[in-house]
Amino acid sequence: MQTPDLEGSGVAVMAAPEAPSIWKRAGYGLKSPYFWANWTVVLALVVALIVFFILSPDTFLTPYNISTILTASAVPAILVIGQAFVVMTAGIDLSNAAVLTLSAVSFGTMFAAGQSLFVCVLVAVVVGIVAGSVNGIVIAQFKINDFIVTLGMLSLAQGVALVISNATPVQVISQPLASFALGKVGVVPYIMILAVVLMIIAQIVLTQTRFGTHVLATGGNSETARAMGVKTKAMKISVYAISGATAGIASVVLISRIGAAEPSMNTSLLLNSVAAVVLGGVSLFGGRGNVVGPFVGAILLTMIINGLIVAGVPQYYQYIAIGIIVMVSAILVRTAK
Amino acid sequence: MTNQQTSEFAIEATDIVKSFGSVQALRGVSITARAGEVTSIIGDNGAGKSTLIKIIAGVDKADSGTVSLFGEEVSFHTPEAAREAGIETVYQTLGLIEDLTIWQNLFLNREVMLGVPPFRFLNKRMMRNEALRMLSELDVHIPSVKARVRGLSGGQRQAVAISRAAGWSSRVVIMDEPTAALGVRETAKVEELIHRLKDKGLAVIVISHNFDQVLRLSEQIWVMRQGSVITGLRAADTNGDELVALITGASSGAAR
Repeated sequence: MQTPDLEGSGVAVMAAPEAPSIWKRAGYGLKSPYFWANWTVVLALVVALIVFFILSPDTFLTPYNISTILTASAVPAILVIGQAFVVMTAGIDLSNAAVLTLSAVSFGTMFAAGQSLFVCVLVAVVVGIVAGSVNGIVIAQFKINDFIVTLGMLSLAQGVALVISNATPVQVISQPLASFALGKVGVVPYIMILAVVLMIIAQIVLTQTRFGTHVLATGGNSETARAMGVKTKAMKISVYAISGATAGIASVVLISRIGAAEPSMNTSLLLNSVAAVVLGGVSLFGGRGNVVGPFVGAILLTMIINGLIVAGVPQYYQYIAIGIIVMVSAILVRTAK
Repeated sequence: MTNQQTSEFAIEATDIVKSFGSVQALRGVSITARAGEVTSIIGDNGAGKSTLIKIIAGVDKADSGTVSLFGEEVSFHTPEAAREAGIETVYQTLGLIEDLTIWQNLFLNREVMLGVPPFRFLNKRMMRNEALRMLSELDVHIPSVKARVRGLSGGQRQAVAISRAAGWSSRVVIMDEPTAALGVRETAKVEELIHRLKDKGLAVIVISHNFDQVLRLSEQIWVMRQGSVITGLRAADTNGDELVALITGASSGAAR
């Protein structure tokens, strides 16, 4: 596009002369889905910041409120990391919020039984990984639709959580956990720092390791990937296990924030994780995406809800706003496949 | 490769039989392919061409018969095993992943890594440079190996797929209808590529429906009909009319 000299240098084995330059076709133009996939979330974040700053100039961008947004973002931002990996393989995990609840209840049960904090955290994460692996194994091994399997797991995990907790919340009073939830570096809470560290690790795994490439290959074209010797079943099982692991970690963060393990499921966490993945430019067809985008998307969604509250907008409008944002972003990042 | 070449043939398939249920797809097929030559397999739809190359490439397993690679009998249970041994296949569907870049496709499942387990990271610079080398070795010019395959034309994709097959110290490259989906210009370019593979000393096996192309490209031609090889002939000794007659069954090939 801007570099016409490339046209001439083109390609012995190639393209008809009227074909546009490879740069444009590979997706660096404004009209390219790749461009929008990468930048929608950043653009939306900037727009939202400006809008809410105008709406509530005195209250929105205060250190206190920024800290509030970041604190509230930590759980959805951790959860979305796993969802992003799943969607990159062209799957979806509808069970993540229910698995989070199951992990939380497992944590609470261990805590009530007098186990150490370390054991409680370990159990929460392992329960998440086990539930996620079950999803993955059923999906990959028996070739069952991901939607159905994870919907089943949603009900299963929720049910088990209700049974083992007897539908009663368990108070979790733990000094180290409380100071972890309340501690901050400047305006940034520890729990957000944890989320950022996890996101960076996930992004490195995605972009710098063989595993990451094979996850994208599996999502891009699982037939071809398998023909090239990629272990596509193992990749699918792994991403659901990762999603379970992030649900387990997020459950610990949630418990630390509210000081209790609750058996009720937070459905908006599930919706937000899917919405943030779309916002973050991960193709729902799989094969394309990153972790940073969905992570920023999760913070953005939390920020929008916070901004509406601060601006005094009645609560129910939040759902309308989120719905519109998700649809518009899905249109922007759509690709012909 | 270091293996001693104990046979004049790169590939020698002998008495291959393959049935799918009650359908006998191959009824004792024998073909050979020499290194430094293009060997074409022609025949009508359902003649068994694709089944034959799938057996050579390790995708399917023969019921009976043997495949030798440079005189050494081989038996592959997976395409990877065949690839390890130096037999690469370019399928009609090309086997490229559109959402990945060119270099990622060239190195898919053969990634060059850095570091020690469990901290092993992709050596991207090395792979990009190597990808550029693989492409330029066959005179394939693509502005950037970082471009995604989705943005490439059919000819460019075929060039990338062939470059991948030709890299990796492969000794035999099998192509299923390499130009079926291409325009005239791109077909010519891909034929050039096939010539370069041959000049590099590789054994190239091509399935094609295009008799002109077969006569242009190949040294050896095997004609298949209904699961059997009717005849094998040198391209220099035949012409399009004879090939059509052999394929349709108007000529039995027995005279040869």
